[in-house]
Amino acid sequence: MNKRYLYLLLLPGFLFLAAFMLIPIILTIVSTFMPDGSLTLEGYMTFFRDGYFNKILLTTLRVSVVTTLVCVVLGYPAAYYISRAGIRKKSILLALSIFPLLTSPVVRSFSWMIILGKKGLLNTFLMNIGLIQKPLEILYTPVAMMVGLVHLFLPLIIITLLGVMENLDYELVRAARSLGASSFTAFRKIIFPLTVPGLIIGSILVFVGSLTAYTTPALLGGKERVVATFLYQNAMTLNDWQAASVIAVIMIVITFVVVGLMNAWANRLNPKG
Amino acid sequence: MKEGNRGLSLYTLLVFVFLLGPLVIISITSFEPGTVLKFPPEGFSLRWYRNIFEVSMFMETFKTSIIVSMLGNLLALLLGVPAAYALSRFEFRGRDTLNALFLSPVLIPGIVLGFTLLRYLIVVYGLPIYAGLLIGHTVIMLPFIIRVIASSLANFDFAVEEAAQSLGAGRLETFFKVVLPNIRSGILAAVLIAFLESFNNVDISVFMTGPGVSTLPIQMLTYVQNYFDPTIAAISVILMVLTAALMFIIERLMGFAYFTKR
Repeated sequence: MNKRYLYLLLLPGFLFLAAFMLIPIILTIVSTFMPDGSLTLEGYMTFFRDGYFNKILLTTLRVSVVTTLVCVVLGYPAAYYISRAGIRKKSILLALSIFPLLTSPVVRSFSWMIILGKKGLLNTFLMNIGLIQKPLEILYTPVAMMVGLVHLFLPLIIITLLGVMENLDYELVRAARSLGASSFTAFRKIIFPLTVPGLIIGSILVFVGSLTAYTTPALLGGKERVVATFLYQNAMTLNDWQAASVIAVIMIVITFVVVGLMNAWANRLNPKG
Repeated sequence: MKEGNRGLSLYTLLVFVFLLGPLVIISITSFEPGTVLKFPPEGFSLRWYRNIFEVSMFMETFKTSIIVSMLGNLLALLLGVPAAYALSRFEFRGRDTLNALFLSPVLIPGIVLGFTLLRYLIVVYGLPIYAGLLIGHTVIMLPFIIRVIASSLANFDFAVEEAAQSLGAGRLETFFKVVLPNIRSGILAAVLIAFLESFNNVDISVFMTGPGVSTLPIQMLTYVQNYFDPTIAAISVILMVLTAALMFIIERLMGFAYFTKR
């Protein structure tokens, strides 16, 4: 293979990404360790000493963990149902899962403002049936963020799981059943273990996505901050670029550590990849 | 078994009500004749749909969004098609690393990428905001272009290419006359998927706004934070119709298998 030809094909894309992604990110990382020329961890120390940032980090982690768990609980059975449905039903449900995924996150978060607002659909309904006297404060709280994030990422975990479940050999279930296993035992002992790698990958996608999401927390979180909205606030409102860069690096590190750990775990469970 | 099935289908139904209900609710409220978003609406009116066209900010940012997504798409194709071809066609040292690099923009948190682009492209490199916006969108579209086209090339038998070359066709001629026609629908699907990704983007665009430059999602975001009239609901409906139409074309071109692959 002619080397020169290969370079010609790959070089433009490589140079573009190097100039407009790699170098800016590397320079950002470097800048946090040497804000004025000498090596220091001061930027990070001030952050982790600051109770406010720790609180934001904790809120973000908590919201992301709950979002991931809820997505798994809602998404797994739904994906299983879709994977076992007939061709026609399967393709309709698949289309209905992909549609929200392709729809603007602004639109999707906005729909929850209509539902969760003080005079929103949910409060009106609950007051009409007499369950509550005063409207609940849900919008602009971590709960609202969580609902919005579950709505945002549920399709992702459903279609990720579907990809795994579609390739399962359901003859195994029939074999287990003919040997006397109940359908639940067959599911628990055969289907579930085979779907665990997919479950892990789907969970990473949801967890990392929630951890770094901007639009949904910005619209549904109100004054409640998560790391992504805090980065934006530091960069654009407070003009504190040093702080914004430190948050950016923390976000990159968390993302890569989570993805790396969970990938290693998924690979160990499924050596074939 | 039958009992379990009924329980599971009810559960799945509820999951889809949760997933699609809010989008249905937006659509219904967009026809509200009054000035405040309500559910159910107090009547039927297209007033807020007309309002979209009367508020010039929406029209201008819509135009910007379309231009940025299309130009960025073109750039991403020019950079991405040769790269996807090289990565699929040849074995060479460092291929996995390069592949990972080309797909990495989806791995880096969008808000982090947006901030670093603002800091270096606009402030350090001194590029105009519009150029930064275009470059940022090209960066995030590249992985989608490369992934979809590579999966299309995976189904292409490169022996055909060798046959053409042994019959005397040049490399470039073979690519344009033999390879490209075979992956045409893959390329078109890649373009549409990347377009949606860019058109809906907030994380990059939110840092790339300036005098006269902003995209539609950012305009919507700002509007929602200040006003609560049904205009955004009306825009949402138009965007959802657009999304559904593009999704239908994508399905025709290559089915939905791409989405379930990880």
